[in-house]
Parts: sequence; C-alpha cells; structure tokens
Amino acid sequence: MLELKHVYTRYGKVECLKGISLQINRGEIVALLGANGAGKTTVLKTISGLIHPATGEVLLDGKSIVAKTPEEIVRLGIAHVPEGRKIFQRLNVLENLELGAFVRNDTHEIQKDLEQIFSIFPLLKRRLKQKAGTLSGGEQQMLAIGRGLMSRPSILLLDEPSLGLAPILVSSIFKMIDQVHQQGKTILLVEQNARMALKIASRAYVLEIGQIAMEGRAEDLQDNPVVQDAYLGGG
Amino acid sequence: MGPDFQLFLQQLLNGLTIGMVYALIALGYTMVYGIIQLINFAHGEIFMVGAYLGLTAIGIAALLGAAVPWWAVIIFVFLFAAAGSALLGGLIEKTAYKPLRGSPKLTALITSIGVSFFLQNAVMLIYGAREQNVPEILPAKQWDVAGISISLIQLVIFGVSVSLMVFLTWFIKNTRMGKAMRALSENPEAARLVGIPVNRVIRTTFMMGSALASVAGVLFALNYGSVNFHDGYLAGLKAFTAAVFGGIGSIPGAMLGGILLGVFEGLGAGYLSSEWKDVFAFLILVIVLIFKPSGMLGENVPEKV
Repeated sequence: MLELKHVYTRYGKVECLKGISLQINRGEIVALLGANGAGKTTVLKTISGLIHPATGEVLLDGKSIVAKTPEEIVRLGIAHVPEGRKIFQRLNVLENLELGAFVRNDTHEIQKDLEQIFSIFPLLKRRLKQKAGTLSGGEQQMLAIGRGLMSRPSILLLDEPSLGLAPILVSSIFKMIDQVHQQGKTILLVEQNARMALKIASRAYVLEIGQIAMEGRAEDLQDNPVVQDAYLGGG
Repeated sequence: MGPDFQLFLQQLLNGLTIGMVYALIALGYTMVYGIIQLINFAHGEIFMVGAYLGLTAIGIAALLGAAVPWWAVIIFVFLFAAAGSALLGGLIEKTAYKPLRGSPKLTALITSIGVSFFLQNAVMLIYGAREQNVPEILPAKQWDVAGISISLIQLVIFGVSVSLMVFLTWFIKNTRMGKAMRALSENPEAARLVGIPVNRVIRTTFMMGSALASVAGVLFALNYGSVNFHDGYLAGLKAFTAAVFGGIGSIPGAMLGGILLGVFEGLGAGYLSSEWKDVFAFLILVIVLIFKPSGMLGENVPEKV
C-alpha cells in the first residue's frame, strides 16, 4: 500500500538517501534497520512530507504523495511518531491526544478512539490532566504513539520508539506496538534495537549510508550472519 | 487618608490605565514571537494604524448624526479598527514574512523594521503629517472616589482590556485554534506531523495580535485626544519592553509585564519627574536583559536577535 521508488533526498548538498526503493503491504510490520546516520529518519520524514525528495516517488495505494504537505498526508492516513517523541510538553495528556485528532471532525468517533487508546495504554488514562512534560520516558512514548493513533491512520510510522527507555519498558513498548498492529494498523518501524524489531516485524530492510543493503523476511534476517554481526551484537 | 496616599493611589490608577494599553500591544509581540520567534517591530505601527482607523470610524459614525448613543459608536469604532488591523496584519504576514520563512531570523527582523517605516509613511501620506484631534465621543464624565478621580475613559480602558485579556486566555486554553497555537509554539515539527495547518495558525496569530493592538490604539487615542503617525514607535518599544519584562513568548507574562510597566511609569511620573517617565521603561528593559533575560514568567532564555 505504501511504496518508495528510487528516492533521492538531499540536505543542502549532502545526499542522504541515494535511491531508496521499498514497499509496505497492508497489515505488515516492516522494520527499517541501520546504524546512526544511515538515513532511517530521513526515510520517514520523506514519507510524512517533512522533507521533499530531490527525485523519486512515494506512492500511497498507487497515488503519488510526494508533493503533499504533512497536513495532507496525515489526512490521507499516515501518522508519523517522530524520534525523541516530540510530545507537547506544556500541554496536558488529553490535549496532546486531542491534537493528534486535529484533522478530524467526527467528535463521536474521536471519543471511541480515545477509549481504544486507553485500552492499549491504560496508564495514560490516569494522567489525563497532567502536563505531558512531567511524564516518564516510557509514558511519553506511549503518549506519542497514542497521539499518532488519534488521527486514525492506516499506516503508522514509528521512529525509534525504544530510544532511551529502560530495558523492561522496551519490551512492554514493543508489546504495545504489537497490540496496535493487531488492531489493524500497518506499521513501518525504525529501530536501532534490531533484535526486538525483528521479533515483531514480518519483513525488514537494512539501510546503510542512504542505500538499502539488505532486505528480507524478518526470520531470515535474524539468522543472517552479516546482520547478526552488525546489528544483533554478534548473535 | 492623607494626601500622600491619595497621590499614590491616583498615580497607581493612571499607571494601571496606561499599563492596560501596553499589555494589549505586548500580547501581539509575545504571541508572534512564541510562534515564529520573530520580534515583529512593525507591531507598534499596527497600534498606530488602529488609532487612525478608529479616527476614521468616528468620522463615519458622525455622518449618521447624533441619533446613535455613545456606547454604540464606541463599539462600532472598536470593531472597525480591529477588523481593519486584523486584515492588515494578515496581509503583512502574507506578503512580507511568509516568503521569508526558513531564512535567517535576522532577515525577517530587518524586514519588520522596513514594514514599520512603510506603515508610518503610508499613514503620513494618507492622513497627513500633522497631529490629528480625536473628537470626544465619550461623555466627559468623571467621578471622585475618596479623593481619587476616575474618568469614564479610564473605566472603558479597564473594561475593554480586561475583557479582551480574559477572552484571549480562554481562547488559547480551550479552542482548537488556541491549542494549535500552543502546540506550534512548542514544537513546530510535531505540530506539522499531527496535521496542524501551520500557515493558517501563523496568519491567525498575526491577525489576533493586530486586532488587540488596534483596540489599544483606539483606547490610547481616546485617552489622549490626538494621534500622530509616529505614535506607534514609542508605544511599540514600550510594549516590546513589557513583553520582554514578562517573558517573551508568555501570554500571562505580556499582560503582567504591560501592567507593571505602566505602574512603574505612573509612579515614576508622580514621584520623580514626568519628563523622565520614558526612561523608566527602558531602564527596566536593560535591567531585565542583564539579570533575567527570560523575564518574569518566561520559560526559555530568548535567543539573541
């Protein structure tokens, strides 16, 4: 349903993405792995319209979205949960979630989605009136994902959801992501924690300095000695 | 109550009155800064244009004859000035600042100074360089309360300013647009990612700030009875001082900063010398910038411009 074709992206004169092609099918979790600076975040920003590629195509259900603004792309059903969470710290939890639904007008359905998000992240419900900046790292990540879900996307782009979290929280965040997936969302997951990402993903791409170095089914990549060496700490 | 205390209260009241006007202007500086980190030096000119639009509106109302009660005239004058300035503010944003988005901040800052000159000269060409008298549309009523005189215009200034500040606070806190403004001022990238129409929010911020400044302009004109095309310069600088004093980017800060600045000025004028009153404002600016650049209620230290 989402496809990138030969995408080249530049920051000034520096080429960040050098011809990326990838594809995400409905209902999949696809992991995008790679070292720092490989261009993972740039891929997500290109999809969500924060960056426009120099050349190449981004297709959603076969239609180009490459020239669209982030606002239009959210309306088309793609939500990007950015790296570092980027929640609105001075706003309370409920306001953050409401802003996630900014592009929607169906008050009644928004209420339903709120309840559904609370069923995945029950912690948030207890903190509704609390300033988001006072939440713990894990709670902030839950809020960031919840805010993304509030636009009722069909595709969720998650950038490093486990970054900076305690190991015990990492596994519970991944469980929650899995839960979100089971509720019918297609997910593109950018992660440094390749081990966890490959556990829940069906397929994965490995990015190296702006190019796709490897791709395949998650279990195949898990067993691949090169991947094990580079990304799974020598397996 | 001794005469000393009466003088104090009288100067306090006068200071609060002018402070309300500063606060209304300061809100526009702080809102725009909060959202796009621009010190919009043309904002003082919007205040001045608002005063002239008020003058025009009074002229229009006069054509209708004496049948209209004074409060209806006042309401018309405010609405006319606010609507005109909001349109002007939006137009300036669209033509002068929007094309510069993403360029260095200094570029927009210098542009705002250019816009300021443009507006001053445009008003001078349209209305003339001479000071214009503002017809008295308010009954010249005055009350003595415990030896302190309170005029009707002072009451109007208080009533209008406080209502607008209460409304703005409610608006920012509760409406969709208000939440979008807060979100955008805190994290532009995240705001774009949740689908907030950034350009529209910025435009609305300019329009609201301009409407507030123009109401301040009308109040100022009614209070002093005359307007001049360079009135915006000093009032704008003082309101900017008030915004920095309160903490630039902070809405309650702008209100508090404006009111306090007015009070300092009023008391300074009463006890030291009224010729020095403008000095107090800028003395405060210097002191704040040296000792607490984030202002009273500001959260972040503002970047250097």
